[in-house]
Order: sequence, then structure tokens, then C-alpha cells
Amino acid sequence: MAEKKIRLHMAERSVEERVKDFNEVPQGYTPEQAIEEAKRCIQCKNPLCIKGCPVEVNIPVFIKLVAEGKFAEAAEKIKETNALPAICGRVCPQEEQCEKECILGKRGESIAIGNLERFVADWARKKPSPAGHKATLLSQRERVAIVGSGPAGLTCAGDLARMGYQVTIFESLHVTGGVLTYGIPEFRLPKAIVNLEIEYVKSLGVEIKTDMLVGNVYTIQELLKEYKAVFIGSGAGLPKFMNIPGENLDGVYSANEYLFRINMMKAWQFPEYLTPIKIGKRVAVVGGGNVAMDSARVSLRMGAEEVYIFYRRTQEEMPARIEEIKRAIEEGIIFKILTLPVKYHANASGWVSEAECRQMELGEPDASGRRRPVEIPNSDFRIQIDTVVVAIGNLPNPLIPQNTPALKTEKWGGVIITEEGLTSIPGVYAGGDIVRGAATVISAMGDGKRAAKAIAALLD
Amino acid sequence: MNRIIQKNKINENIFRIVIDAPHIARAAKPGQFVVVVPTEKAERIPLTIADFDREKGTITIIFQIVGATTKVLDSIPAGGEIAHLLGPLGTPSHIENYGTVVVIGGGVGIAEIYPAVKALKAIGNEVITVIGARNRDLLIFQNELSVVSCQLLVTTDDGSAGRKGFVSDELKDIIASGKKIDLVLAVGPVPMMRVCCEVTKPHGIKTVVSLNPIMLDATGMCGACRVQVGGKTKFACVDGPEFDGHQVDFADLVARLKPFKDMEKRALDHVCRLLGGK
Repeated sequence: MAEKKIRLHMAERSVEERVKDFNEVPQGYTPEQAIEEAKRCIQCKNPLCIKGCPVEVNIPVFIKLVAEGKFAEAAEKIKETNALPAICGRVCPQEEQCEKECILGKRGESIAIGNLERFVADWARKKPSPAGHKATLLSQRERVAIVGSGPAGLTCAGDLARMGYQVTIFESLHVTGGVLTYGIPEFRLPKAIVNLEIEYVKSLGVEIKTDMLVGNVYTIQELLKEYKAVFIGSGAGLPKFMNIPGENLDGVYSANEYLFRINMMKAWQFPEYLTPIKIGKRVAVVGGGNVAMDSARVSLRMGAEEVYIFYRRTQEEMPARIEEIKRAIEEGIIFKILTLPVKYHANASGWVSEAECRQMELGEPDASGRRRPVEIPNSDFRIQIDTVVVAIGNLPNPLIPQNTPALKTEKWGGVIITEEGLTSIPGVYAGGDIVRGAATVISAMGDGKRAAKAIAALLD
Repeated sequence: MNRIIQKNKINENIFRIVIDAPHIARAAKPGQFVVVVPTEKAERIPLTIADFDREKGTITIIFQIVGATTKVLDSIPAGGEIAHLLGPLGTPSHIENYGTVVVIGGGVGIAEIYPAVKALKAIGNEVITVIGARNRDLLIFQNELSVVSCQLLVTTDDGSAGRKGFVSDELKDIIASGKKIDLVLAVGPVPMMRVCCEVTKPHGIKTVVSLNPIMLDATGMCGACRVQVGGKTKFACVDGPEFDGHQVDFADLVARLKPFKDMEKRALDHVCRLLGGK
């Protein structure tokens, strides 16, 4: 049989239909499609895909099980190293990780590992296995505290619990999941799926305490008296602004505020949910990452008529995933590339009404390897808008470092760790965006996993 | 957890609740606040910790019914539980022996100054407390404050209690009397805080205000509470809520308080329907 060079794509809902609601866009594989795609895997003797996975899922083995129709076994195989597969199958940038390494990619399209992971996780979710999920609780070992219930904290907690440690997660918000809940919108990551994967972590014996702001309620030093080790995964919760005139006008939101109101507080169901949000007809989102794409696509679904992305470089340099950019364009988001807002103007009642922008061009590559945007003199122009979302990134949340003088940080706020995830305080580990600045869900999970290993080694 | 163990009506619109929250009481300091989410569908709203008792493990909150979420909070009776309660939040008041301190409270701000007055007096300051409200019925915490202050001055807009006039009139008089004031702490409606700052500025009297912008997470994440202080952007939830009043851009603060006013009205109507017009 000739080798199939093209992967099977998931069915997607039509643009007309999907921009009217918050339901998911891709529909997932059918069992037949999953088996067909899985059969493309050539089962390399020396698989490179695993090396591309920050949590080292045994990819060839789970794919072989899918090809054989053994979906429950495939799910168990993934969960050996990844407690959150339905989430990873949706939001991991596989094209830069496992799929990038896939040998099939050299002469055609790599195998759709993300789609298959998503299929397996969804299949298992709908068919709860009779006994499989309850973790065999070993003799209760030492207590470990984890700060933050986002991807880093959940992974670290799950791994430690499976090893028999007593794990307590302290979450500052009133809902669990961190960025998975407040940041990523429903249509890209349904909250029912996030909740189920969190329930799975809880079923391993992990306790989650919400409304607990570590640093303010208990200091890290106080936690160390009750717990043998602490893992800090408190995320990148400090929004960056451009500090340009008019940025404090009404109608200008940070992406965090915008998405928090909608995703976390469910402002899209106002007034049943009491948190309000105001979105006008013409929305400008500043930035080119996944959060910018999310904010733009959310705006459409909230009823905006025209949604712009202002980005100072070109589409090629955008850090967002290609499939997110593709979906944003399909849905009619207008990309204003080489565009830098320099000032916002207000109407008579103080609401933002116009963005003054500067035209840019690309110069020489900078330290990041991307070509540097350069301002074109006398090129300013104005665009009428009534809502602005600033999505130019986040810095690590400073609360814990501020309340923990012994915790060493970089100048920009990132907590400094060793290769194993150890901070400057013995017994205290860190990972995810509090270390990296705004990065990805899977890199945070990789950090959580590595720290769990190091904590287990410390306590053994 | 978060059980309301005592609830008193202070007047038509203002309530005092004592909540069982040992982990918050244990860590709370004057000037800090909590975020209250009365029910799963309500907003996250910031409310000042008006008092705390570490031994009993309780905190006291004074709230005024101003919108949908405070209306929902009011619907929880003594014995009921608040869905979510987060705190203590914000940077505590800086308590030291300054010498003579004038502490000013207006409206619900009267309750909010109580822990600071108590702490400032305990550390040795001469504390002159000035409180003001529109009329006698809206004056709160008078007895509590008279116990912990060296002197308590009362004003009402209509003269129904204390001096007819504003708290700023008393402040002007204290300054005019030649008394050396080392610090003014003003907590209340924005116009009140702004006027107090205008009164003290020409005399170079350091004036601290406690700001109340819109907040969501109140842990530094959303930036909704950004305020301009000395030309720099600060987040009231983590950098504040207290700031040097002479550096605060009050016009910016006022503008940023109003964007959702019309929607807040709709939310309140919705809640009133749900609660059966209570």
C-alpha cells in the first residue's frame, strides 16, 4: 500500500455558524478517521516525536493502540505521563514540538499527533473506565504544597500524587484551572473539559483550596513549616501596557481583563452572571500572539462588527499558532500589519473613539531573530474604533516574589531556578510562566513534571 | 467556611457583617481588603476589612447596597455562607508614630478607617478623627471611633448631627488653629478625598488616600484598577489601595469609575426580580 502523504484533517464548523456562539470550532475525529490517521504512523525504531514532547508522552505506542482500535488502552498510555491530554490535544503547539520531529513530515505531512491525542482523551472521557481511574494510593508519603492550579501546578500535583505524596494546591482565584479557565476562551478549550481533567487530578488524591492567595494568607516560609516542599506555579499575571497617551480611557482593556470578564466571570451571559463588559462595534486588538487571536475572535462572538489586529511586524513574525491565525482570518478579522498605535483619542464622554497609528517597515533582524520593526516618519494615520484590547504579553505575577525576599528573581521578574526547577530557597521549586514569562501550556506542564521528579528525589 | 455569624443593619442601606474566616483574620492588617463573591454568578467585589479578631477568627465588613452584587450579598442572612472570600489583599497601611494624625472618614469610609485609627493610636499617635455624612442617619461607627480616637469631630451636610458642613471644613479649622499635623489619612468618596488633598497641599501636610477603582481579580492580574500616581501607572489592588494623595490623578480615577454604570443598573434590576422585589 502506498504511503499516505497527507494527514486527515478534523471537520470544522462553518464560519457563519461558529462566530455566533462560543462552541468549539474543530469537531474531532470519528473513530474510523482516528484509526485511518493512526495507521499512517510508521512506528520508527528510534522515535523522534517523544523527544519533541515536554512531558514525554509515549507517542508511537499510543498511536499503535489507536490503529488497533484499542482506545481505552491508548488513553491509559497517554495518562502515564500526561494528566491533561484533552487540554494538550487542543492547545499544544504540536507543529513546533512532537509533530515537527515526525519523520513523515520530511516527505509529506507529519502524523496528526495532537488530533489523535484529542480523540483518545475525548473518547475516554465519554466512556468512563470501570476501575482504571482510581489511583492506587500508596502509603501516604510527605505533604507537598503547590501554588496555583494552572497547567504547571496541576501536572506537578498529579505526578506527585501518583507517587503517593499528599498534595494540596492553593489557588488564589475562586475557580480552578488558572489560564486554562480565565485565559483561553470556551470555543478553543471548553471549560467542561478543563473541569473534567481537574476532577481527574483530584481523583488521584490532590486537594485544591480556592480563594487562597499564597504570599498574603500564608507566606512561602509558613508553608514550609507544614509541607516538606513547595512548588510555585503562580503564572504570568501582570499585564503589559504600552504606556501611550489615552491607554487609560474607558473602553481600553488589558487582554487579561477582557478575557477574565468573559471567560472566568461569564460576562457573555450577562445579566444572569452579574459581571458586565462593554464591547463596541469596532474593536482593535493590539498584538500578534495567541491571546490577541483569542481576544479578536471573542470580540466577534460578543457582537462586534469589525475587529482589527494591530501588529507592528508582519503576519510571518506573529507568535500565534498558524491554525489560530488561519481561523481568525477565516472569521473575518482584519489584520493591520506593520501598524503601531501611538495614541488613543476619546469622544465627548471620555470613551475611546479613535486610534492614532504609525506605519512601520521591517529592518534588520533583532536578538530574537525576527526582523525589527522600524517607524516610517510622517506616516501617522487614524482609525475609528470604540474598544481596544491590549494583548502585548504578560510578566510574571510579582506578588509572591514581593512577599518572599529570599526568592531570587531576574530583573524582569522571572523566578530564577536550576535545571531541576529548584529556586534560591531549599525545598521550594518553581515552573511555568512565573519562571518563563508568558509561554505555553505544555512548557508549563513540562516544568511541573520536572519539578515533581526533583521533589520526589529530594524527599526519597 | 465564610459563614456570616452576625449581621446588623446600621441604617436603611448600610450593613455590618461578621464573617468566620480564621485564615484571613490571622493575616489581616489595617488598610487591607477582601474580595467577596456572594454567589457563584455574582461579581468579585472589593470590600475593606473594617475590623478583625484573630482570637475569634473573624473579620468585619461594612457594606452599602449600591448595586447588584451588594444586593445579593445582603440577601444572605446571618448563618448563611458567602460563596467565595479572598484576602487579605493590598498593601497594609503604614503604621508608625508620626506625632499628630488626622484621620478622615466619609460615608462607608467611616467604617474603613476604624482599624487604622486603632493602630495609629496604639502606637502612640495623637489621633484626631473627623467623620462626615449627608445626615445623622448615615453616620456610622461613631461610638467605636470615639473610644479609639483622642478627639472625634462630626460633620453632616444638613447639620442634623455635629457641625453643619463638610469634613474638609473641620480639616481647614484644625490647620488654621496652628496645630502641627504630621499626617492626614482620608478615606471616603472620591470628591471628599480630592478636596482634603487640595486643603493640605499648600501646607505641605502629607496626605494618604485609599482608592476604590473597579477591580476584578484584585491580585494584580487584570489591570482594571490602574490609577495614575505621580505620572506613573499603578495597580490599586497590589500597589495600593493607599497612595500619596498629592500625587493621585483624581480626574482619571473618576473617569475610570463610570464605564459600566448603565449595565450595573440592568444587573440590579435583574437581581431585584430574582429576589422578588425585596
